[in-house]
Amino acid sequence: MRLSKAARISLGAITALILALMYIPLGVVFINSFSTSASLTWPPPGFTLEWWGRAFQSAGASEAILTSVQIALAATTIALLLGTLISLALQRYTFFGRDAVNLLVILPIALPGIITGIALNNAFRTILGIQLSIVTVIVAHATFCIVVVFNNVIARLRRVGTSLEEASADLGASTWTTFRLVTFPQIRSALLAGGLLAFALSFDEIIVTTFTAGAGVTTLPIWILENLFRPSQAPVVNVVAVVLVLVSIIPIYFAQRLAGADATHGSRG
Amino acid sequence: MTVPIQTRERRSHPVSSFLHSRARLRLALLLSAPLFWLGLVYIAALAALLITAFWTVDTFTGQVKIEWNLDNIVTVLTGSLYQTVTMRTLGVAILVTVVDIIIALPIAFFMAKVASVRWQRILVIAVLMPLWASYLVKAYAWRSVLSHDGIFAWLVSPFGGSTPGYGLPATIMTLAYLWLPYVIMPIYGGLERVPNSLLEASGDLGAGSWRTFRSVVLPMLWPAIIAGSIFSFSLTLGDYITVNIVGGANQMLGNLVYTNVGAANNLPLAAAISLIPIAIIFVYLATVRRTGALNNL
Repeated sequence: MRLSKAARISLGAITALILALMYIPLGVVFINSFSTSASLTWPPPGFTLEWWGRAFQSAGASEAILTSVQIALAATTIALLLGTLISLALQRYTFFGRDAVNLLVILPIALPGIITGIALNNAFRTILGIQLSIVTVIVAHATFCIVVVFNNVIARLRRVGTSLEEASADLGASTWTTFRLVTFPQIRSALLAGGLLAFALSFDEIIVTTFTAGAGVTTLPIWILENLFRPSQAPVVNVVAVVLVLVSIIPIYFAQRLAGADATHGSRG
Repeated sequence: MTVPIQTRERRSHPVSSFLHSRARLRLALLLSAPLFWLGLVYIAALAALLITAFWTVDTFTGQVKIEWNLDNIVTVLTGSLYQTVTMRTLGVAILVTVVDIIIALPIAFFMAKVASVRWQRILVIAVLMPLWASYLVKAYAWRSVLSHDGIFAWLVSPFGGSTPGYGLPATIMTLAYLWLPYVIMPIYGGLERVPNSLLEASGDLGAGSWRTFRSVVLPMLWPAIIAGSIFSFSLTLGDYITVNIVGGANQMLGNLVYTNVGAANNLPLAAAISLIPIAIIFVYLATVRRTGALNNL
């Protein structure tokens, strides 16, 4: 569509405005992390580095971050494995019940988290008789993370087709060799994008976690919920949030670069 | 689906050639682990919860009693509290979704069709980055933005405006804000798949920008828009934390479920209430299935 210059400029202006609105609350969080007012009044009455110092000394925050990273890594690994298997099955085969399997993968993200949470809580405690622990959180998180890996991988499989795999098999490569040398490089960046999203979903999940975490398992969102409404702790929580946003630039940037490189170097087959 | 070309038997890879001729077996190997996980962990848990809705709670011990009855279902269907809260939750979910789609369309269009490759990459990062700031911190940031001595009041008071305060409008604004990246990304992906050549062809045939958007882009974009809407709609339908932080005294379906699991200790009633969002989501998914949206999530 040959957009007029005016249309392009107004679209650009709308985009800039939306992004500005998206970043205002984050900016408020950033500025409040330096505010001398613990109750976060605006404009801040003065500026201090006290909260940043306290955040970096907070044992609770660093332990919670560590717990969340462990859970997110484990859940992402399971999701990558199961999501890849299921997308290969749904993309490369037609079979009875294919739509049902598709729905089954989507359901954990389509149904509200509180339902997944109480269903799993009930199943773990009363049906299976398992104590809630860090493992039950990982199982719960992996269940709703499968879908994001699945979506990324199946979209890539649809695009690359099967001709290269058939050529590999014709040339005598075993099933495993074909996967390792042909299929895997083609879906690598999709796995990274899906894995990153799964990690982010698990890292920030609060509702399902509330219902599946055992006593003593404090993930970062649970720690934040415990501390957010304590007046003297709210600015420390703001510091943690700012640090996480800044750190997140690194993986997002590399995922983007890898995806971009794949697109230009002809992974489309 | 292409039919695999039959290759001659190769002695060097007995497993591979065995698998090669048995598509059903390969499929079973691929599907067994994920189906075991989803079926055993998820569907069994969900089914067990739904069955609980037909049980009851012993008023003395507070334990769930296996005593089949429809009391909880009747309570939920006829109680005016549940009807009011269901309508309120549904209204909030629809409004949040509509607001998100209206905001997402221009920014996704700019990203996919106007921006240069370099800017495209920067914009994707800019849209995704807020997802990494904690959900709770962002909801709480809106509480401070909308408070009486917050930045909203500070910005609009010179023009005689005032903050909407805490309530349903604040809930809708905050939820629309929280889910926006989830709606922008599928729509952006959908727009990237609309070939530029089609847009040029439409322009060559004399259609203006608006006509091209309506007759060429929008029909191809529907599945992506609906895919995005599934996120904002279903995430809103189950939310109880945001409405606690910025919603004043308003309750949504999630709050009712939460109270009955926690303070009221009535899992059967909580299960009966959860049937409402489950039913709504299933109707929604069944309606949009034909558009192919589920392949665009």
